[in-house]
Amino acid sequence: MDQILLKLSHIRKRFGDRTVLDGADLSVAAGQVVTVIGPNGGGKSTLVRIALGLIEPDAGEVFRASNLRIGYVPQKVAIDPLMPITVERFLRLRPGVKRSDCRDVLRLVGIEDLWNAPVQTLSGGEFQRTLLARALLGKPQLLVLDEPVQGVDLAGQVALYRLIGSLKNQTGCGVLMVSHDLHLVMSATDQVICLNGHVCCSGAPQTVRQDPAYRKLFGVEADAIALYTHDHTHDHTHDHGHDHSHDHGHDHTHHPAQQQEDQSNV
Amino acid sequence: MFDPFLQRAVLAGLALVLICGPLGSVMVWRRMAYFGDALSHSALLGVAVGFVIGVAPHISIVVLCVGAAVLITILEQQRKIAVDTLLGILSHSALAFGLVAVSLLAGPRFDLIAYLFGDILSVTWSDLAWIYGGVAVAFTLLIAMWSRLLAVTVHEDLARVEGAPVVWVRLAYMVLIAIVIAVAMRVVGVLLVTALMIIPAAAARAGAMSPEAMAIRASIIGAVAVIGGLLASYTWDTPAGPSIITAASVMFFVSYALPRRV
Repeated sequence: MDQILLKLSHIRKRFGDRTVLDGADLSVAAGQVVTVIGPNGGGKSTLVRIALGLIEPDAGEVFRASNLRIGYVPQKVAIDPLMPITVERFLRLRPGVKRSDCRDVLRLVGIEDLWNAPVQTLSGGEFQRTLLARALLGKPQLLVLDEPVQGVDLAGQVALYRLIGSLKNQTGCGVLMVSHDLHLVMSATDQVICLNGHVCCSGAPQTVRQDPAYRKLFGVEADAIALYTHDHTHDHTHDHGHDHSHDHGHDHTHHPAQQQEDQSNV
Repeated sequence: MFDPFLQRAVLAGLALVLICGPLGSVMVWRRMAYFGDALSHSALLGVAVGFVIGVAPHISIVVLCVGAAVLITILEQQRKIAVDTLLGILSHSALAFGLVAVSLLAGPRFDLIAYLFGDILSVTWSDLAWIYGGVAVAFTLLIAMWSRLLAVTVHEDLARVEGAPVVWVRLAYMVLIAIVIAVAMRVVGVLLVTALMIIPAAAARAGAMSPEAMAIRASIIGAVAVIGGLLASYTWDTPAGPSIITAASVMFFVSYALPRRV
């Protein structure tokens, strides 16, 4: 078993009258990708902020490996248009960062040519890569990514998830990711946690996908994905009429390139 | 060739824009212009309080402005009222309270206009000492915290995960604003202090490639505004504080109309 980097147990958190988290659990080991999905208001971001130590839970235990180095990609980074700041300067807002460090992480995320570009001129994908680069500066053992593909087009999302996967393989870090996207994220993930105040269901993506709790939570959208995976399976395996009413148990690993192609058919 | 009062006015104005450039740039980046207004409007109440307890108005203004800043921060976090409504209420009630308080305490001979719009032409050597002392303290503090302040300005949570003491940085920034308001009151008055911070900063955006470049440009534009405004005031006998802000505004609109924008 790989080293446990982060473990949250029975986390409860209230804001005013509203209970946002009611007994949520989560753990991330080195080399593992854990994705938290769930509806808006389901407590995803709150759980991440507790994991980062930005807010304290009302009850429950937070364990972090000693001296854990965390790289964080926050959800919303809106830099005022009146602030002149280049990609490199943005990276060097982290204390103690040298120019050569910036070059290294920008090369890792594939945007070394953009070091001198004002951040406001970047595309959604380039900006998310810049945020990833900043997260990598501290040589993190754990990457915490809050909606890392927001504002990125579909092809860019696939590329970003692939990048996150390859960064994980290169560095051996653990990854904790939040997403409201259901299908793309599945292929890049070891464990999916379905969160709506508490953990509704969790496990490997293909297991979660068939969990009644998951289907209940995501309703129509989950069915659409089931339909999509079903179709996909058909194309390659059998050749008869569709039947969407029962759950399929196909073990179904997506390859990123293949998935990109699939997406264009949906 | 110029009278000593004009020399003192220039010296006071230049010291002030030195700190207002970088501080105002941060205010613009953090979208805190209304926050700055609310603080400066509390300054009049500070004058009244200083009058009652018998301390130098500069000191009581700093204390009162920091108090107002902390109050605003606490109310903001309760999220019961939209931030712009909250700032509008606090800003104007602070001004109204302040006006009532000084009129009760100081009587009819009190020169209210000088506190509202400044009276840079009547700055004394002792005022100048306060201004230079305040600016020196503020500038030292600003240099020491500059990189942390930038990181917190761009994203507070990210800065916190990277180890920045966010609460302290925010508090220190408020103290800086309070110091500048206290020493700027004699120069441009409580109603125009924020303008001296944000207008040169906004005018400095065009063509600047780094935060520091914009901050330095803002100070230079502020300096030009001070000298231009004072010359205009001297020549046409217009009120000095508003003339300085007018000069800064003209530069802002010119920079805004310039074709090359980054």
